Amino acid sequence: MKMTGAQILCESLVREGVEVIFGILGGSVLPLYDTLPQYPQLRHILVRHEQGAAHAADGYARATGKVGVCMATSGPGATNLVTGIANAYLDSVSIVAITGQVARPFIGKDAFQEIDITGITLPITKHNYLVLDAGSLAETVKEAFHLTRSGRPGPVLIDLPRDVQIEQAEFHYPSRVDLPGYKPTLQGHPAQIKKAAKLINEARQPLIIAGRGVIISGAYNELKELAERAQIPVVTTLLGISCFPESHVLSYGMLGMHGMAYANMAVAAADVLITIGMRFDDRATAKVSAFAPHAHIIHIDIDPAEIGKNVRVDVPIVGDVKVVLNALNKLIISTPHIDWIEQLDGWRREHPSIEIRDTEGLLPQFVICKIYEVTRGEAIIVTGVGQHQMWAAQHCCYDRPNSIISSGGLGTMGFGLPAAIGAKVGCPGDMVWLIDGDGSFQMTIQELATIVQDNIAVKIAIIHNSYLGMVRQWQELFYGKRYVATPLSGPDYVKIAEAYGLPGLRVTRKAEVIPAIQQAMDEPGPFLIDFVVEPEENVYPMVPPGAALAEVLEAPKEKAKVLSDSAKLSVSNI
Amino acid sequence: MATTKHTLVALVTDKPGVLNRMASMFRRRGFNIESIAVGHSELPNLSRMTIVVDGTTTSVEQVRKQLDKVVDVVKVSDISGDAIISRELALIKVKATSSSRSEIIEIVDIFRASIVDVASDSVTIEVTGDEEKISSLFNLLRAFGIKEVARTGRIAMVRGEPGPLPMEEKTARAKRQK
Repeated sequence: MKMTGAQILCESLVREGVEVIFGILGGSVLPLYDTLPQYPQLRHILVRHEQGAAHAADGYARATGKVGVCMATSGPGATNLVTGIANAYLDSVSIVAITGQVARPFIGKDAFQEIDITGITLPITKHNYLVLDAGSLAETVKEAFHLTRSGRPGPVLIDLPRDVQIEQAEFHYPSRVDLPGYKPTLQGHPAQIKKAAKLINEARQPLIIAGRGVIISGAYNELKELAERAQIPVVTTLLGISCFPESHVLSYGMLGMHGMAYANMAVAAADVLITIGMRFDDRATAKVSAFAPHAHIIHIDIDPAEIGKNVRVDVPIVGDVKVVLNALNKLIISTPHIDWIEQLDGWRREHPSIEIRDTEGLLPQFVICKIYEVTRGEAIIVTGVGQHQMWAAQHCCYDRPNSIISSGGLGTMGFGLPAAIGAKVGCPGDMVWLIDGDGSFQMTIQELATIVQDNIAVKIAIIHNSYLGMVRQWQELFYGKRYVATPLSGPDYVKIAEAYGLPGLRVTRKAEVIPAIQQAMDEPGPFLIDFVVEPEENVYPMVPPGAALAEVLEAPKEKAKVLSDSAKLSVSNI
Repeated sequence: MATTKHTLVALVTDKPGVLNRMASMFRRRGFNIESIAVGHSELPNLSRMTIVVDGTTTSVEQVRKQLDKVVDVVKVSDISGDAIISRELALIKVKATSSSRSEIIEIVDIFRASIVDVASDSVTIEVTGDEEKISSLFNLLRAFGIKEVARTGRIAMVRGEPGPLPMEEKTARAKRQK
């Protein structure tokens, strides 16, 4: 049957199971938007800035495990997507971005709102397409969805010229893709798995570092089985949080720059590291040359290019985490590592890492802790980027699989609100709490209009310290307290909420925290709370940049030690 | 670690933008491409690239794996350690007078090169061989005055079988094309 390019695109999206599109229209996607009403099963959510569309698609994809779709017009619409696409690329998130392009005769002529978006997004997409005839569109969409969700997930962009959207072509949706250059390895090599099992079975101080790959692969049970069978303690990366229940007796929290002191000490002392679905980001490893000096490292990852990229690995296993763990678990002998676990528990008692001081003023950690308690850990927590993000990672006990959504690799301030929108749209039955900083929040504050227009019941907690807090912390510790450009004013957030049309509340005292959270939960729609907190609170523990993981600062009382030589030398290495 | 020259051979689908994707990856990972040669392969819709880069073995292996992730790249191998045949072709235009011409021809004969164009004040020489041979000839001809040089960059192939693309994939691919 003959259809227009726009209809072919919509038909293809429906066949890929797409339910929602986040986007903003414009001249080059007008034919496409004009066709959307013919497909009521494709819900369109109008955002207020294209960055919000990409982040919302990202939040939707992370919360649901489905593919997130965002759409924008050519030129500035497309370039506004770029930050969101880069964010999804670094955190391996399945999104498909669809951009309008000027009509084919105008391509290359610097036409109005023409930009080479496939060129721009080349290094930040898994793959991208400029579709030059409607006849190849169905095949392109099929490939795009196959690529974004298989193997190591990543964003795919489809650039669609305006005249291709109205061109007629025969519609036939292919049942399979033909990509000779793309064959992700799922099964781990049996010999490598045997080697890994031997190392694990002989280990005296084994440790698992689990990352987002466990969540993507849905290998929660397999990870738990491995940990429990051989009594192996588990630490996670930031993006790995909630891949293993944090209240589990073998869970030792997050590692890295703001990880638990005892988690970092465990990495430094381990003799065998089983790293699963993680990529040795510098925020997780700290000084690479001093990373896990005593350990044989087993690295399980689906992306062969991650093997040996940052850290030398003894036993690489390329494959899907779930498949590999299933095979590996069969070879693991039950071993109680009693002394090792006692040692870790001892470190945890000596370095509790996340104790909250009893203060008169309102501490941000206290607020986050109460959000966790009042919601009884049942909420999906979405964060922005900065101090509040680290506190949210530290002070909630994530037991539910996939219950925190945060921007890790790119560290994108402004990610929170639109990502929370995506998460709530994808999981309407779940409670979604956005924990955001006042700096981060102001970067995409316009999306308040989106949640009001579409009645998206996101609960918003602004951790308001009137600073770009994480940068201020670095200035305090490493730049002689010269607070250049970090003091931050902002609007009255309660009035802002009111102006956008949602209820809001300001909290300045400890006693008000729980009732406010309760009120937000009782409200059926969106709700905003402006928590005005102590302005100069710091995130601890902290591994200073350039230091080894075990060189953890646990201040406040140790603050003076910060400007050690290693820290000074590496300030440039931020 | 010491850097050495590596020869990478890639089979890529013949689509617009593939060269850009490859070049972009080298730039992004901090490699300087010494030479790159692209042409058709024995398989329909697949082009063959020979890329020469300078780097340590581990960093070249990293970039090879990154290139392998490019969807349009069907196969990429570092064949530096293998027994390979590698050739380059150069066109060299040399100043030639009636008196120097015979001497140039003598040199050209020794190198089993050939003269492909003769003008009143110059000759153009075509030479094929490895980089060393071409450089030697180039150095000898320099005395006569070189007007222009064009070099193709290295193309390379592993001796004997199998090639960089395993046979079963080749046949499967060829079948699909039919």
